Formats: sequence, structure tokens, C-alpha cells
Amino acid sequence: MSVANNESVAEIKARNKELIKEVLAVYPEKTAKRRAKHLNVHDAGKSDCGVKSNIKSIPGVMTIRGCAYAGSKGVVWGPIKDMIHISHGPVGCGQYSWAARRNYYIGTTGIDTFVTMQFTSDFQEKDIVFGGDKKLAKIMDEIQELFPLNNGITVQSECPIGLIGDDIEAVSKSKSKEFGGKTIVPVRCEGFRGVSQSLGHHIANDAVRDYVFDKMDPNRPAPFESSPYDVAIIGDYNIGGDAWSSRILLEEMGLRVIAQWSGDGSLAELENTPLAKLNVLHCYRSMNYISRHMEEKFGVPWCEYNFFGPSKIAESLRKIASFFDDKIKEGAERVIAKYQPLMEAVIAKYRPRLEGKTVMLYVGGLRPRHVIGAYEDLGMEVVGTGYEFAHNDDYQRTAQHYVKDGTLIYDDVTGYEFEKFVEKVQPDLVGSGIKEKYVFQKMGVPFRQMHSWDYSGPYHGYDGFAIFARDMDMAINAPVWKMAKAPWKDDSNSKLLAAE
Amino acid sequence: MTQNADHVLDHFDLFRGPEYQEMLANKKKMFENPRDEAEVERVREWAKTEEYKELNFKREALTVNPAKACQPLGAVFVAVGFEKTIPFVHGSQGCVAYYRSHFSRHFKEPTSCVSSSMTEDAAVFGGLNNMIDGLANTLSMYKPKMIAVSTTCMAEVIGDDLNAFIKTSREKGSIPEDYPVPFAHTPAFVGSHITGYDNAMKGIISYFWDGRAGTVEKLERKPNDSINFLGGFDGYTVGNLREIKRIFGEFGIKYTILGDNSDVWDTPTDGEYRMYDGGTTIEETLEAVNAKATISMQEYCTEKTLPLIAEHGQEVVALNHPISVKGTDNFLMTLARISGKEIPESLARERGRLVDAIADSSAHIHGKKFAIYGDPDLCYGLAEFLLELGAEPTTVLATNGGKAWEKKMQALFDSSPFGKNCKVYPGKDLWHMRSLLFTDPVDFLIGNTYGKYLERDTGTPLIRIGFPIFDRHHKHRYPVWGYQGGMNVLVTILDKIFDTIDLATNVPAKTDYSFDIIR
Ligand code: SF4
Ligand code: SF4
Repeated sequence: MSVANNESVAEIKARNKELIKEVLAVYPEKTAKRRAKHLNVHDAGKSDCGVKSNIKSIPGVMTIRGCAYAGSKGVVWGPIKDMIHISHGPVGCGQYSWAARRNYYIGTTGIDTFVTMQFTSDFQEKDIVFGGDKKLAKIMDEIQELFPLNNGITVQSECPIGLIGDDIEAVSKSKSKEFGGKTIVPVRCEGFRGVSQSLGHHIANDAVRDYVFDKMDPNRPAPFESSPYDVAIIGDYNIGGDAWSSRILLEEMGLRVIAQWSGDGSLAELENTPLAKLNVLHCYRSMNYISRHMEEKFGVPWCEYNFFGPSKIAESLRKIASFFDDKIKEGAERVIAKYQPLMEAVIAKYRPRLEGKTVMLYVGGLRPRHVIGAYEDLGMEVVGTGYEFAHNDDYQRTAQHYVKDGTLIYDDVTGYEFEKFVEKVQPDLVGSGIKEKYVFQKMGVPFRQMHSWDYSGPYHGYDGFAIFARDMDMAINAPVWKMAKAPWKDDSNSKLLAAE
Repeated sequence: MTQNADHVLDHFDLFRGPEYQEMLANKKKMFENPRDEAEVERVREWAKTEEYKELNFKREALTVNPAKACQPLGAVFVAVGFEKTIPFVHGSQGCVAYYRSHFSRHFKEPTSCVSSSMTEDAAVFGGLNNMIDGLANTLSMYKPKMIAVSTTCMAEVIGDDLNAFIKTSREKGSIPEDYPVPFAHTPAFVGSHITGYDNAMKGIISYFWDGRAGTVEKLERKPNDSINFLGGFDGYTVGNLREIKRIFGEFGIKYTILGDNSDVWDTPTDGEYRMYDGGTTIEETLEAVNAKATISMQEYCTEKTLPLIAEHGQEVVALNHPISVKGTDNFLMTLARISGKEIPESLARERGRLVDAIADSSAHIHGKKFAIYGDPDLCYGLAEFLLELGAEPTTVLATNGGKAWEKKMQALFDSSPFGKNCKVYPGKDLWHMRSLLFTDPVDFLIGNTYGKYLERDTGTPLIRIGFPIFDRHHKHRYPVWGYQGGMNVLVTILDKIFDTIDLATNVPAKTDYSFDIIR
């Protein structure tokens, strides 16, 4: 189906440049100028992708981005399972994000675990007019009474909070004192701050620093005996169990995972992370801030890794092992060897069905580059990619380690651009979010949701790669796509019919 | 190693393997600082008690698991029901990402909607420039015939004035002078998504009937004999509106559905993406002022819209999400009365078939207790139907139900011997419902997808009827209105009842004596 396969890189580049010109033509002049900076064709050897990023979305263009609240409550804090996260403000934000991210966890929901619940202050007009601090204080009392086994509370600010001048910090402080030093974290992640989810990640990271780390008793007894092999998984939200299928590999190589941030995570794990010997960071975008902080403050080094697809997994296991002694290095080799037959079997089964197929991606802040290796392990090629909320350091990583010459790059893509790009490039698969899924399926283009794994997963680790490979095959080779055109309207078919 | 290339294990099998189970148990024990198991058990049991329920019902500030969403969602629902119309939500952009996702998860369809993407500077200076630029961009990119504006919290809190902003946008040339931009303020801290439906629908109707925000003459009504129809916020809008069209067709009545989103949320997969499809045209909307009457299927979705229409001299009728035989009887008799046409024999036949089905099956439903939650009108319609089936809608809860609804529900209970022990709970949430399911147990629960948590925690089998339904597919394609809709609801309820009996009677040599082949 793809046209890319038979074209030279020069031709592809020319076509992509033409394509960008074409989509820009739809905009009013001022907008076209602004959007032009976010679209590019990648030139191999360049240090970044040549696009501007992390700047305001343009009104009215149908950006796919979310907001800071989504970055804090939805991504960073929401999965911490033994704390109660109050969506503070009107009912909507918490309602739409209720349990939608598939952060798996183990626990007794509603009793000692609260991830898939929606706690909200459900602001009414009077709260807007008179302020919501009193209500917030009362909410905390009621939480203590009805959910006595919660280990902490966070206040996830929605838009109105910052606009009406509420002092959630003061309320949190006084309630924390009243409840004997309970961890209560005010988070200023109002949706209008910043330009996307990204600032919400940052604010949430800072809140961990200020209200978890800085509030800890430095003389508290050690929660467990330290080992030289203690590591923490940072930036894995355990979507469909990703962090679990990652953890198992780290443990098999001889490391001990003392914390997960934040999928299936707990307050105790956050608190204990400074004891790690190494922080391993998967989603750089959403948790680099706290990793840097732990390095500076507690001397915990961190290293980025990539657990998508066997090539990147092996590379990452070795990289992580390089921080440790021979025992761990041998452990890494042992793990790689152990899973090799499984990986060979998976690739033998799926690669022949996927070889040469092309993919266009548009995801958040990590996956638009991180999953490329996994596709390549299956013989597939990523011909276009872009981020909702990457910064330039993400585009640098993308350019230097991931994308090929001529790849179409689109930052903060608009609905219109994405549709046109796919229409023209005709990839065999699009990987993006729920808002995009049905647009492309209607066009007859196979699609996988790459935020939620389309209700499948895990995709991380060796166990996850088997699922990833099967899912991509299932998407692309589903018989349904051959049926999109009615036989009497399908040119190739109708000719056949006529010939018969 | 549990994973296997021949038979790839999904999350539900993979993590049950012994390696993972051991790993997770170890994680908990070593690093999570878990609560004592006996203590967890104690609290779990306590949360089932009357004492807990009383504490729970004393809550004044905290809301847990509400069954309602915010106003702009309703506004988006309305806007996409008009031909080639794009909803434009003025305020911060995150909300719009949420509305689009929410609808797409329910309908499994794309939902187009734009935001004016206000950020911190707009919080200080107001969002006028966002509106001006946004309208121009939307118009040139997506070429809508109309842009329907509503607001998020942010714009409401800082007090942006839509009418003034849109006017200024025209003056600045961002949209042509006569380009239609109806609008409605939809503050999320008032009411719920059904309020948003009401405000947005009223906004569009008053815009077109009352002189396009002061730019043209108001329409003068020249009465004709057609009937306007308002569905209200409805998760079954695709199936329902098609059923309604069929019913109007059987009658041969001229009608206008105001806000017909049944096509845009049910487009084919045939190689073409239709951003717009179907919908009420502007011409139809203008013409609708002349109708003889307007019927709303959901009173509590149209509390402001109907009075506006009535002011224009039309008769207005508000129903409560008719599902029952009586509800549809009333709907059809209303149509007959207004149109002066007789109820067609074909519909009388359908009625007979529904009654026939009820007669065949009611023994399995009679006397069973149900808890229901959802939007106020849906709750009413379901409760009314259950009473007809001889069941007891013991607990009826609407987070967005108010005093008037409470009274109306009570009157319904009072009208039937089966309503004697039934109670209505306005303004409560699903954590209240959880307590009630423990202290006042019922046989079945009816609600949306989120009811699955209640089903898990309390063991009450869930019958999925409501919005949103995320975890079952295609339900929105089947009507729940009309006799045919009643039939669908009946079958949905029966299926769950039979499945539940079968599941409870399938242990060999223990409970299999009731595992009947004929029921
Ligand atoms: S900020 Fe307000 S309008 Fe936006 S989703 Fe939240 S409640 Fe709704
Ligand atoms: S992996 Fe991507 S989508 Fe997920 S939290 Fe990180 S940046 Fe967001």
C-alpha cells in the first residue's frame, strides 16, 4: 500500500516538503507562518528535527493536546495508589479522566487503594464566588473519616482554582498538621498553565520534591536494609502492566526494584527512592525533572532506557548493567539470552507479515521516538512522527538516535494536518490517540492507540513485545480493511468482476 | 517464562503466572508499606454497614464517583447535531481534549471540536484575541457552515463576554459579517452536561429565531403543522433518533429534529472520513419557528429551551425519556393529538408485540428489585418501565437530579403498588449508591460503565444502560425509545437475569438442579 517503499530518499523528501507546503496553504497567513515552524522533513545528521516545540497551540486549529491538569493528575500523580487525589474544581476534568489511562495496580479499591475512583470537590457557583478553601478543608476531613486507610492526599487544581485566588497550600499545610503530619500535597496544575500536559508533569514533579522529599524526617528509621543493587523505575505508568513486565527483567538480572514511579506506585515508594543506587528513567519527558533533582540532592544517578522491542531492550539492559558490577552485567546477558528464543519465535512469526510496512506516529512526549525500534525489529518503517508536548531535548534525542532521513516531522499537529498527511503518505498503520483513531479507520487505515495500547498491553519488556507484535499484525492484517470499499465501487475489484 | 509466541498472552493471563504473582507479592511486602491485612478487611467490612452509610450520607463537601459531567460536554453534543457545524469551546484546551475523548470512547466515532486554547496570558488579559484568531482559523481550515461557541470554566471565571467577543471578531474580519455563530455560556460549576445541552440548544434556537444576536430582524412565526423534536442529551442518540424518524414516517407527520447527531456519530468505514455528516440544517432550524409544537423527550434537558420556544407561540410538551408502554403510548397519543392524525395501525401492532413480550417474560422480572442511576429523565423512564414489569425500582439516584425531579419520581412511585418501597436520591453520587447496595440490597443494578465498580464491590449484577458505556460496544446503535426501544431494554434486562441465574446454578453436583434448559 505504501508509496514510500519504491521511492528514493530524495523523492520522499521532496514529496514531504511539498506536502507541508500544501497543508500550510489552508491557513490564514499569520497562522501558516506559525505552523510552518512546527513541520519539517528530517535531514539525517542534524542534531534535532528542525521544528519548534513546547509553544502555545494556536486557537481554533484543533490541537490534540491536553492540559497541565492532565499532566499532573492524569499522568504523574493519579497512579500513586494509596493516596487520594482530589480533582479540585468543577466536576468535568476529573470525570473525563476517571480511570481512562489504564494504570494497573493491585489493591483493595476504595479501602486502601484509590486509583480508579473520582474524588472531586464538584465546585458550584458559590465556591467560585466565595472561594473553595473551606470546602477543601471539609473535604479532607470527610476523606479522613470515610477512607481512613489512605496514606496521603493530593489536591489537583483545575482551571478555576488559580483564577479565584484560593490558597490550597495553606489548607494543605494546616490539615497536614491537624492529621499528625500526614502527607498532603497541593498541586498547582491548573489547566491554563503552560501550553500542554508538559508543564503539569513539571509542576507535579516539583510537588513531589516539595511535599514528599522535603517533608521527610531525615532521621526516620530505614524502611528496609539497603542493597548495592537497589534501583527505582521512573516514568513508567504501568499502562496495561508495562512497569511489571519491565520490573521482572530488572529483577531477573539481579537488581532490586525499590520503587515504581508512578504506575502501581505508593507513597512509601516515592519516599524511599532517594535510597536507590540508580534511577532508571523510561519517560524522560514527564519525569526528568525529579530524576535530576534526586541526582543533585541525594546523589542518585539516573539513566534513560527503552524497553520497546528486543534491540532496544538488550541495549538498555546492558546500559543499566554498566552502572553495576560484573554480577549484574552477567545478569543482563543471562536475561537477554533467556528471552532470545522467545524473541526469535515472535519475530519469525510476525516479521514476514509486517516486513516493509510503514507507520506514522503521533503521541505524547516519549513514544513518538521510543517505539520506533520495536517497529524496526518487525521490519517496519516509521515514515512520520510527531509529539503533542515534546521539548527540544526530545527532538534532539529523536534526531540523533531514532528517525531516518526524510521522515516527516510534525509538532503539535492539528487535526487538519494529520488527516492530510496520512491521506497523502498512505502509511500501513497509524499510531496515535483515541481522538484520532476513528478518523483514520474511516479512511480505511489500520490504527493502534499508542497511549492506552488500545486496551491491550503491556508493550514494555520482552513479554510486552510479543503482545506488541501480535497487535500490530492484528491491526494491519485484519480482514476488515479489505472490505472498506464496496466491491461495486472498488476499481480493482470491479475490473476483476467484469473480466470474469 | 509464561509468554509464548504461538499463543500470545494478554495482560489478563500474563500477570496471573507464578513469576508475576510472586514478584507483585514481594513488591507489596517489601516496599509498599502496606496496611495490615486484617485492618484492610475490617475497614472493608465496616464500609458495608449501616453506620458507614450514615457517615457517608452526612458528607457535605466531598463528591466521590459522581454520575454527571460538565456543561460544555452537553454543548458539544448539541453542536455536532447541526449540519456542517463545528463546536468551538472558548477557554482552556485540555477540556476539549477530554470532551472529544469522552464521546469517542462511547460512540467509537470521531468527534470534532476546537478550542480557543487560552493560556496564562489570556487569564490576565481575557481571551478576546484567542476568539478572534480561533474563529478565523477554524473557518479557513474546516470550512464549517456554522460555528457553535460555548465556554469552559476558565472563560467563565474570568468573565469573557461571548456576544461582545464574537461581534468584535466580525468587526476585525475574522469571520464574515453574516456568518452564523450561535453561542451559549456553559459554566461547568452550574448544573451538569444536561444543563449544557439546554443552554446550547437554547442558544442556537434563540440565535436563529431571535435575530442573530441583534443583527437581523427576529423571525415572525407563520404557523404550520409540523412538529419539532428535541432528544436531549442521550447516549442512544444514534439508535433513538433513527427510531423516532421511523415513527414520524409511519404517521406521515412533517417534523424537524433539532440537533440530529445520529449520522455524524455513525459514519461508515468506506475509505472516506466524514468530519461532518447529516445534522439539522440552518434552513430547517429557521423554519422550525413555524412549527405547531415542540416535543422534548427529556424534560430536564430542556428546562430553559422549552419556555423559549413556548414564548414564540408553539405548544411545548416535555416527556421523561419514555421507555415504558405507557410512556410510548403517551408520546404517540401526543403526536396524534397535535397532528390530528390517527396512530397508524403498524405502531399499534408494535405495541402489541411489546406487550406480548412482556407477558411472555414478566414472570422472570416480577418482584425483582432494581437500583437505577443516571440522568434524571433516563432514571424516570427506566423506573416507569420497571413498574410496568412488576419490578421494584427500589433505589433511584441521579447526581444531577434536583428537587422537582425528586417530587416527580416520588409521584411515580406513589402511582404503583410496586413503588411502595422505592426511594429517590437526588444529588447523590455512586459512593452513596455503594452504601445503599450494601444496606438495602437489590437484585440488579442499572447504570453506565462505571457501575462495574459497584458490581465488583457489592456483587450486584450490572445491566448497562446509560451514558457513558465504554466497555461494551455498539449499544448506542439500538434505540431505547418507542415500543421497539422498550423491547430492546426488556431483552437487555432479561439477558442479564438469565445469565445471572445460569452463573449461579452451574456447579456440578452442587447447584446444577436449577440449571434449566428452558426458561
Ligand atoms: S475545566 Fe471546567 S469546563 Fe473544563 S473539563 Fe474541567 S469542569 Fe469542564
Ligand atoms: S509515555 Fe508519552 S504519553 Fe505517556 S506519559 Fe510519557 S509522554 Fe505522556
